[in-house]
Amino acid sequence: MNGGFHIVVCGSIVPDPLQTLAPVDGPTGPALKNEMMLPSVLDPWAGHSLYEAANLAKNIPGSKVWLVSLGPKAKLQQLMMSIAQKVTFELVVLDGPAGGFTDSFEVAAALAGAIDKIPGLDRSRLLLFGGCASASRDAGVTMQMVGEQLGITEQFLGVDELKVQDNGSFRILERIEGGQYQVSECSGAPAVLGWATGNLPEPPNNPQIGMMNMRTVMPALQKAVPAPVGVGGVSYLGVELPSQRRETRIVKDMSADDIAAEIVAWIKG
Amino acid sequence: MEKVLFLAHTQDDGTLPGIALEALAAAVEMTAKLPGSSLVVGLVGKDVSQAAEAIGSCGAGGFLAVTGEQFAVSRYGSDCAATAALIGQSGATMVVAPATSRFSRSLPGATQRLGGRIETHVSGLEVVDGVIRVQRWYYRQRMVATQTRVQRPWVLVIDGGVFAPWAGAAAAATVENVAVSLDAAVVRTTVIGVQSPSADAQTIRPGADLLFVAGAGWTKKQADGQFHVKDAADLILGFLQNAKASLGSSKSLVDQSSEGESVLPFMSHLNQVGQTGSTPRHPKGLATCCHGEEPHAVGWRFINERRAINLDAGCGWAQGKADVLYVADAFQVMKKVNELLG
Repeated sequence: MNGGFHIVVCGSIVPDPLQTLAPVDGPTGPALKNEMMLPSVLDPWAGHSLYEAANLAKNIPGSKVWLVSLGPKAKLQQLMMSIAQKVTFELVVLDGPAGGFTDSFEVAAALAGAIDKIPGLDRSRLLLFGGCASASRDAGVTMQMVGEQLGITEQFLGVDELKVQDNGSFRILERIEGGQYQVSECSGAPAVLGWATGNLPEPPNNPQIGMMNMRTVMPALQKAVPAPVGVGGVSYLGVELPSQRRETRIVKDMSADDIAAEIVAWIKG
Repeated sequence: MEKVLFLAHTQDDGTLPGIALEALAAAVEMTAKLPGSSLVVGLVGKDVSQAAEAIGSCGAGGFLAVTGEQFAVSRYGSDCAATAALIGQSGATMVVAPATSRFSRSLPGATQRLGGRIETHVSGLEVVDGVIRVQRWYYRQRMVATQTRVQRPWVLVIDGGVFAPWAGAAAAATVENVAVSLDAAVVRTTVIGVQSPSADAQTIRPGADLLFVAGAGWTKKQADGQFHVKDAADLILGFLQNAKASLGSSKSLVDQSSEGESVLPFMSHLNQVGQTGSTPRHPKGLATCCHGEEPHAVGWRFINERRAINLDAGCGWAQGKADVLYVADAFQVMKKVNELLG
C-alpha cells in the first residue's frame, strides 16, 4: 500500500453508562437532566473505531488519524485527558450539543462540512471511521449520511474486521443477522466503515502519547468551530422513562433440584 | 394524504424475510388509517416475482422492482441506488422498510441522497388525527420518545418483533421494473459470501423462545476455590442445545477474551447484550451469574418473562428487573436443568 490511509474518525461523548439518566424539557427540545454535569465517556462504538484506526495507521506507513468530535468544548476537553493518552490523532472540534435528541441530518451535515475543510486531507486515501451507532441516538445513520455528502459510495456497517491487502484493497467482515458475518472485498479507499466492537482491547494510557497529542489538542479546542445543531425537523411529542419495575419473587431456600424443575416447567410452559 | 411505499429485499431463495412481512403489516395498517392514502410495493433482488406474488393481495396499487444479478447481494452502492430509484419512481412521501442489516446499511444513504429524513429502530407506529407518530428508544433503550416530522419523504425502518407479520394470501402481481444502471467506478465492492460459525458454535438464534444470558461469574473461582471454565462451557452449550435457546452475554464476560483471562471458547462480542451489544427480542430470558445493569436492564428491555440465577439475593439489578430471582449456584442448577431437558 503506497502512501498510507488518511483515516478520519467521527466520535463524540455520551453519558457514562453507569449514570442514571432522566429526560427533561429543554429550551429547544428534549434533553437530559443535569446533562452538562453528567460524567461522559467516548461513545463506545466510536471508541472501538478510533482504536482500530490507530492500529491500522501504525501498521501502514504514511497513514494519519484525525478525530472529529461534535460536542460541548468543555466536555471534550475533559474527555481528551484520557483519550489523548491512548492513541495518536489530530483533533478537530465542533463545539455543539452531543445529546441524542439532535437530528442526525444536521449532525451529519456539520461533520461532513468539518471533514471537507481538514487541511491536507487526501480524499482519495480517505477511510471514514465511526461507530455503527451512537449510544445516545442509537440510529446508525449518521456515518452513511456523512459518507454520502462526501461522495463515498463504498460503505460498510457493523464492521468487526478490516484486513488491508498489499495492493490497497481490503477485506471486511460486517455483522449481519443470526450471528453471521458478510465477507466483502473493496478495491480500496475511499470508504466508510461503521464499526461494531472490532477486535482490539482499549489501549492503556501512555503519557508519552498524551504529551504528543496535547500539542495539537489544546489548539484544536481553542479553534473549535460552533456547530449549532438541534432537533431539526423532529417534533418530540413526549420522552419518558419506561416504568418497568417488576415485583421480583426472590427464591432463597429452594434446592437446586427444585429450582431446576421449576425453570424447566417455565421454559416448557 | 400520503403515498406509502413498502420497501423490501428478497433473500437468496427469492422469498421475503420474516421481518419484511412485519414491516408490511405496519405499512398496510398505516395506509388504512390515513384517508385518501395509497400503498405501493418496492422490491429489490435478483428476481422478485416469487416475493411479489406472496404479498400480491396486500392491497398495494402497484409493484415496482429493481432486479438483476447486481442486486442479488447486500452491498451499499447497489442497494442505495436501487432504493433511491424506487422511492423516487414511486413518488412516495412515506417509506416503510424492515430493519434488516442490508437496509440498515443502505437506507440512510438513500434518504440523504433524496433529501428526505429517516427514523430507524422504530418500535411503535400510530396515526392520531391524521398525524403519523413513531416511537423509538434513545440512550440504548433507557428512554422512549414519541415523535413526528413534516419533512418528506420520511423513511421508517421498523424493528423486528414490533408488528405481527402480514399474513394475507398469495396473488398474482404485475411488477413494473425500474431501471438502475450501476457505474463500475461507483460500485467497487464485491460480496464474497457469508461466514457462519461452526454448527456447535452457532449460539445466536434470533427466533428462539428463550434468551440465555451468561455473566462473568461463570469464569470466576467457584466455591471450591477453583476455576471451572470447561464445566461452564459444557453446561451452557448443553443447555443451548437442549432448550434451543439463544445465547447472550454480559460485556464483562466477552471482554475477558481480549484481556487474556479464562474464556468460554464459543463466546464473542456478537453475543453481547446491553449498552454496546444487542437488545434482542425473545419471549423469555434467563440470566445466570450476571451482576450488572447491562444484562438485566438494557439487554433485557424487550424480553417479556425474565428469570435470574445468581448468588446475591440483594442484587440491585436483578431485583425489580427480573420476575424471579433464584439465589443459588448456577452450576448446580443448570446441571440439573440439562438432565431434565436432555
